[in-house]
Order: sequence, then structure tokens, then C-alpha cells
Amino acid sequence: MSAEKMSFAQALNAALDDAMADDENVIMLGEDVADEQGGGVFKVSKGLSDKYGTKRVRSTPISEQAIIGAAVGAAITGMRPVAEIMLMNFITVAMDQLVNHAAKLRFMSGGQTNVPLVVRTTTGAGVGFGGQHSDMLEAWFAHVPGIKIATASNPADAYGLMRSAIDDEDPTILIENITHYGMTGPAAKPGYRVPLGKAAIVREGGDVTLITYGRGVGDCLKAAGQLADEGIEAEVIDLRTVSPWDEEAVLSSVAKTKRAVIVHEAVRPFGAGAEISSRIHEELFGELAGPVQRVASYPSPVPFAKPLETAFLYSVADIVHAAQQATEKKV
Amino acid sequence: MNKPASSPSLSPDMARTIYRKAYLINRTDERFRAMLTNGELAVAYYPVRGHEVIAAAAMAALETEDYLVTTYRGLHDALAKGIPSRLLWAEFAGKRTGTCKGKGGPMHITHPETGVMVTTGIVGSGIPIANGLAMSSQIRGENRVAVASFGDGASNIGAFHEALNMASVWKLPVIFLCQNNQYAEHTTLAAGTSVSSIAERAAGYGMPGVSCDGLDPASVYEAMSEAVSRARAGDGPTLLEARTFRLLGHIFGADYSYVPKEDLSAAEERASMAKLRQWISERQVSEAELTQIEQEADAEIEEAVAFALESELPDPDEIRFDIYETEQAA
Ligand SMILES: Cc1ncc(C[n+]2csc(CCOP(=O)(O)OP(=O)(O)O)c2C)c(N)n1
Ligand SMILES: [Mg+2]
Repeated sequence: MSAEKMSFAQALNAALDDAMADDENVIMLGEDVADEQGGGVFKVSKGLSDKYGTKRVRSTPISEQAIIGAAVGAAITGMRPVAEIMLMNFITVAMDQLVNHAAKLRFMSGGQTNVPLVVRTTTGAGVGFGGQHSDMLEAWFAHVPGIKIATASNPADAYGLMRSAIDDEDPTILIENITHYGMTGPAAKPGYRVPLGKAAIVREGGDVTLITYGRGVGDCLKAAGQLADEGIEAEVIDLRTVSPWDEEAVLSSVAKTKRAVIVHEAVRPFGAGAEISSRIHEELFGELAGPVQRVASYPSPVPFAKPLETAFLYSVADIVHAAQQATEKKV
Repeated sequence: MNKPASSPSLSPDMARTIYRKAYLINRTDERFRAMLTNGELAVAYYPVRGHEVIAAAAMAALETEDYLVTTYRGLHDALAKGIPSRLLWAEFAGKRTGTCKGKGGPMHITHPETGVMVTTGIVGSGIPIANGLAMSSQIRGENRVAVASFGDGASNIGAFHEALNMASVWKLPVIFLCQNNQYAEHTTLAAGTSVSSIAERAAGYGMPGVSCDGLDPASVYEAMSEAVSRARAGDGPTLLEARTFRLLGHIFGADYSYVPKEDLSAAEERASMAKLRQWISERQVSEAELTQIEQEADAEIEEAVAFALESELPDPDEIRFDIYETEQAA
């Protein structure tokens, strides 16, 4: 890391720029991604079609199945397409291409073809976009063998995950949190990689492990600060890759703290937290000081009106409360 | 644009090639169904009877490097594109020696060496993928074209419409080959499709739409050759409809009593292999050559059947491989 700062959007733009400069097989396609169409709704692809041409940076019709289908076809010839699905809910329109094709072609072809595809998409509650523009759908993809899904909590990781996902020989979905684009942080050095499948311990502590990813990381760090005031030292793990997730990092931390809280923005039922909790119980049941806690959003469509949206999203106070319960040091 | 039935421009060489492919397909389909009937194999199989000439003549207009995406009803396309019989048979039998190590099966044949990139069991889904293959060729400045092969029913799914629009906007070197056999499972063309000729749909996407007689080798070959030239020249995609008739049930063993008897017998008559043989023999292909083609194909099939039956099944541990690049834990 250099001392320089970078926003999330700048980090993603730099990662794409560097990847396109390094490998002419890297191409981009999505709605409005080329400069003539604005360089992406969040300006993540700004300047790239001017630099690399509209053959490699292609604005597409509003055709999610055709976007992902074209990306899959190009990928099996050895190109490295980065397809943008503007908002994660629109991925529902392209599920067939992702689930039946991108994820399965390597296996069904007996390894003769593979799909080095990256899908960038953004989403997140809290900005008043309502029911069809805010869902966190990572668990759906975590349930599909053959696909990877990752999300960054800071600009440098966003750069590093993007570079790794583009290098990777298998399809990866990268979720960008819509509230993150303006966030600044230390800039990644050009060429920096965050390995897929590897978590980061972003805060060390011995009393309870907070396991999270994406936006949850900032919230867990805030909660850890409040817990520290009460004498509870929380370890915070940023999974970075939701699937396949870093079991080793999680299990060894929880083996140490004996207590775990899983935090995610996606709704609780059948979310990533259910699988993680289940694995912790399977591996460490006898050693745990208490049951694993989950903090997640309320199972409703993401509401519009502010009080409802607030009722939907978990809060930092919820994390603090869950950690207190886990450590049985209730105030 | 309706192609007039066949001008005599097919060379004897091309006629021979087409007959060799069509005969091999016809015999393979028949042999396979016989093995299913007598219980030597038990797999889901979508017969290709009635589609032999479309695949044989269309693929004869392609090079090995050209890409193909086909469907569950894809045996004919796969053979015509050049996949060796033994590899195909072994995959159909679920053996480790098959094209896909037995992991794909009949509905998911892949063989990049002969350009067979994807076989999908999801109706219409191969069409957008063919665009991607064509886009790759276009970006890399290669001369390859991509072909998406699909049925008449598939022209009613969204993927078809999105893909045709995108291909037209981007002038992709792709040919949309619709094998119109008049049925989508039990649904007739009239009951499920708003047009009587699929080629009409091209107009909505600003591309040439051509309809050819799928039982006439010259009609298919010429229409396909034209579409291929257009694609190679950078003039974009073509929707090519090849009309035929599904001569058997949708899937092997399925009832097809809903197909009117008169329609069926008329189609059987038009699609008879004896008629095809006669037609080829009128193109300076001698009886001796025809017999040789047939004997060679029969031998290829018998060798492939033996290979498939003798080959071993996959090891259960193989399940951990090819999910991701790195093997998965047991
Ligand atoms: C998306 C999807 N819907 C339904 C099916 C079930 N299905 C398999 S084949 C078929 C009919 C397709 O007809 P057509 O495209 O004309 O091809 P044909 O079988 O006649 O070759 C249907 C409905 C499927 N495989 N995929
Ligand atoms: Mg049909």
C-alpha cells in the first residue's frame, strides 16, 4: 500500500485499466460502459473505451441474457470478459447463463472448456432504491458449485480482488456495494492481488470472532470499537470471498475465541451465515462457549420509506448486542 | 427470402461429403435407438431422424475451426461437425473415454478440436453463447464464424430475441441455424409460434432471413454457404431456417400419436434415405463410391460401439475435478 488515497470507483477503474493494458484478452461489456455512453453509471469504466477502443469496451443493448451469454462464449475461447450487470437484481434475468452455463461448462465438458469470466455488479440497501434495486443475492451463487463470489470492503481490496478475478480461470461474480463508491482508502500498488478464497483478519481480538464481508466489515469494526470500551476484544474477519470461503481462517479464529457472530447485509434465512454457522458447529461444537449468532437483514423485500428501510437493515447496535450475548457479558 | 429448390451447383466432392455425413448420422441414430430398445444402454436420447441432411449439408459449408453451439437434439450436428464417432459414443454411454469423460452425457457434448464448443439442454440458451464465440473471432480478427443450432420452439424464448438483436447491432460473424421440425415437444408450430416461417423473424432484427428446404442438400448447402460468406466478409449475421419434420417422438420412447399420420408418412417419404442416395448418385457419385462410403461408415459405427461398451466407467473420485481449476476436497 502506498500513502496515496483512492476511492472505490477509482480503484476498480485502475484495476480494469491495468488488466486491459496487461492482457489484450481482457474485454468489457455492459450497458452504458463505453465512454460515449458515459463510462458506466458509476463511472467505473470511465476512459477505458477511449483508451482501448469500443471493440474491447462495448456498450450493449439492455439484454442481460445476451450480455452474459456473449461473455460466456468469449470466455470459452480464452478471452477474459468482464461483464457488467448494472444492478444485482438484474442478474435474475441472466440466471440461466450464469447457473446453467458459466458455472457448469468446465465440469460438463470434462475440463475441455472453462469460463474465465468476471461479472461486476452493484447493489445494497440504505439509499432508497427500494425492492428491485437493492438485494444482496450472494447466497444464491454460493449455492452453485463452479462459480465464485467475492466482495471488497475497501478500495485496495477492490483493486486486488478485481485483478485476481480477471486472472482466475473460473467465473467470478464481484459485488460492489452501492454505498461504497465514494469511500476512500489507501491505494493499491499497481499489480496488487487479493487471492480469491482468502480471508483477512482486519482486527485481532481474543473474546469473540465477528465474521463478515463487504459493508459488514466497516460496521463490525465500529461495533468492535464499542465492545472494546466494555472490555470485549473482538476479532474481525473479512471473508472477501464469500464462496468458496476461507474455512481455515474462520475455524482457527473461532477455535481461539470460542465465540462467533456472523454479520451480513443479505436477509438472514438461508443466507451465507447459515452455512458458516453450520460449519463452525460441525467442526467446533464441543469447544464453543455458546451458539453461533447471526446478524442479518430482516426477511422482507427491501422497503423504500426510511423507517422501514432502517427496520430492514441490521445495525451496529445489533452486532454489539449479538457479541454481548455471545460473550454473556450483558450490560 | 425463400430459396428456390436446388440449383445443380453442388460439386460431386461436396455431394459425397454430404452423403457420408448424412448416412453416418442416420445409421448412428438408428443403431443408438436399437441399443436403447434392447436395453444395452439406458439414457435420455432425442432422435435426429429427419434432421440428417440439415446437419450434413450445413456443416459441410464450415471449416473445422468454425464454432458450433448445439442442443440436446444434437447428435447429427456433432457428427457432421466432425467429432470422432468413438468419442461421441463413449460419452453417450457415460464412459471415461468419452469427449467429456462421461461428465456431460448426450445432452452436453463438447469437443473444441472440431469446434463443438457447447451443447446445451436449456432451450435457446446456446444462441447468446454463439454470439460470444463470434465476438471473440471478431475482436481477434480471425476468420472463424460461429453457428448456433436450435429448434423452431427455441425461437420463442427471450434468449433468441436478445441474441439476434445484439448480433445484428454488432455485425457478428454468426449464423442462427433454426432446424424447424414443426414441433416443440407436443406443441405444433402453429399452436406455439406467431409466424409460419421462422425466417420472417429476421426482419425484426435487421438481418437477412432465409428459409431453405432441410431435406434438400443443395438448398441447405447453398443457403448456408451464403450465410457463411456474409459472416466471413464482415457483413453480419443471418437467420437461416431449415424446414424439416420430426419423424419420431420428441424423446426416445415418447408417444407421438398426436402427429397426424398423413403428415408423418408424407414426411417419411420426403426424408427417405433411399431418395437421398438416388439424388447423390445423380451428381457423378458412382455406385461403388456410395457403397464404399456406407461400408466405411458402418465400420466406424461398429468400432465406436465396441469402444464405448469396452471402455470403463469414470472413477467416483473423478467428481472432485473440473468443478474449478483446482480440484475440490473429497
Ligand atoms: C428453457 C427450457 N424450457 C423447456 C425445456 C423443455 N424442453 C426441452 S426440448 C423442448 C422443445 C423444444 O422445441 P424446439 O426448439 O422446436 O426443438 P426440437 O426439440 O423440436 O428439436 C422443451 C419445451 C427446456 N429444456 N428448456
Ligand atoms: Mg422443433
